[in-house]
Amino acid sequence: MSTLTEAPPPLASAAPAKKPPRRRGRLTPYWLLLPGILWLVVFFALPMVYQASTSVQTGSLEEGYKVTWHLATYWDALAEYWPQFLRSVLYAAAATVLCLLLGYPLAYLIAFRAGRWRNLIMILVIAPFFTSFLIRTLAWKTILADNSPVVHTLNTLHVLDLTSALGWTAGDRVLATPLAVVCGLTYNFLPFMILPLYTSLERIDGRLHEAAGDLYARPWTTFRKVTFPLSMPGVVSGTLLTFIPAAGDYVNAELLGSTDTRMIGNVIQTQFLRILDYPTAAALSFILMAAILAMVTLYIRRSGTEDLV
Amino acid sequence: MPFVTWLKRHLVVIAGLLTLSYLLLPNVIVTVFSFNRPKGRFNYEWQQFSLDAWRQPCGVADMCGSLSISLQIAVWATVGATLLGTMIAFALVRYRFRARGAVNSLIFLPMAMPEVVMAASLLTLFLNMGAQLGFWTILIAHIMFCLSFVVTAVKARVMSMDPRLEEAARDLYAGPAQTFLRVTLPIAAPGIAAGALLSFALSFDDFIITNFNAGSTVTFPMFVWGSAQRGTPVQINVIGTAMFLVAVLFVLASMLIGNRRNRQKA
Repeated sequence: MSTLTEAPPPLASAAPAKKPPRRRGRLTPYWLLLPGILWLVVFFALPMVYQASTSVQTGSLEEGYKVTWHLATYWDALAEYWPQFLRSVLYAAAATVLCLLLGYPLAYLIAFRAGRWRNLIMILVIAPFFTSFLIRTLAWKTILADNSPVVHTLNTLHVLDLTSALGWTAGDRVLATPLAVVCGLTYNFLPFMILPLYTSLERIDGRLHEAAGDLYARPWTTFRKVTFPLSMPGVVSGTLLTFIPAAGDYVNAELLGSTDTRMIGNVIQTQFLRILDYPTAAALSFILMAAILAMVTLYIRRSGTEDLV
Repeated sequence: MPFVTWLKRHLVVIAGLLTLSYLLLPNVIVTVFSFNRPKGRFNYEWQQFSLDAWRQPCGVADMCGSLSISLQIAVWATVGATLLGTMIAFALVRYRFRARGAVNSLIFLPMAMPEVVMAASLLTLFLNMGAQLGFWTILIAHIMFCLSFVVTAVKARVMSMDPRLEEAARDLYAGPAQTFLRVTLPIAAPGIAAGALLSFALSFDDFIITNFNAGSTVTFPMFVWGSAQRGTPVQINVIGTAMFLVAVLFVLASMLIGNRRNRQKA
């Protein structure tokens, strides 16, 4: 009757059970799981199967599609859209690095330096979530507009000359360039980086910092040898929570970018909703999923075994 | 060099506050531009101060209708996801059963999947089944992607719960139903509330999955998306500002209540 076993109590030794655990129906967990799991199987797992089958179909919208195991769809899709794939990975990676660089100081500030302001700052980090992200993304059109103070300043400081030389911006414009898209991605997914970072920083025992200081570590050394390694779980989950949605995003590329900044999400969206080429769209979506799962697994393995433990 | 020392000591604070302003700048712009009177169809350039949009928040055709659809979907998605997710969370923490690994991956995968992939595959399913796209398909999709977040939130709370409290209730002759309602549920409530709040926010703000599976139904995010092509009415900013204020007030109020409770206990 192993199904009856309750979860082991965390303080089992301190709390000897006075009575044997009550007998519960051994089907109870299955009844609890059934509706939710059924929902996920039918509306999450099953669609993946349908999509896999769609990706190897051929035909047309008028005559209908048939499974013909036409794997060339995958090859054609990759051959045609590899620039968008590459762009998605690059933009998402750039946004993730920026999120880490921008988010870490703020998470650190909330965890160790904010004092009684901690709750207020926390609210200010979360509250934008409750305003539609599309409205907030549109606000970047104003911030990055050609005659806005931000772009004017960047122009005056000749920063845009440098970024244009690197191909990140075009001329004296920021809007409709890769920089604008990466800026939007960074902005949109920054809270997903800050929250896990904060969670793992907050768990660090403050006495470890004191100990490092007592052992004559300079603040920077303390950070490098104590704080940062201990915050690795937050870094790993923050990176994943930023990279995955950023790589599949098409909203920022559409609103802040141009035809030259289209990401793979834009292609999937257009193929599915406008061109109605379902096999190609399904194949692209499958490649994206496989690529992200592979990258994530690799990343978790590398950071998981060496740094997380 | 007192300034350099000061700068060194407060570098983290300065950098953190800069990030915070980066996060809040768009909200400031949204608020300021809700008082704008734009010249053309788009509200991206400041022209002159006006209260028109605040006086007539529903002055744009279809906008408040889409807002009401979004609210309805968010409420039902929250109810559905919270109920199903809480049940799964309890099963995961309290019982041992077969296929636990499979269940865990089924919970984790939707959170690790780009939205566009889930959106596209769900649309494939609906098209294959010949389902009528609209309110119900959106609701189904929202419950699906909110579920995992509820499970995670509730699981964390139930796991940190001291099982001795329930044993004590049983020792005091509380029946199973009584133990659950008077002891277990109140302790798990903050986790359930967090999951529900997250579901509401995720559902209300979702665009990508909704856009694929909405048919001709227009939710508020879809209205905003459409207006980015056709012309952005100032009223969008009014709604955005109001949502931000409501969220901040809501959180502040819940914190004040929490503080008072703690003080009363002490």
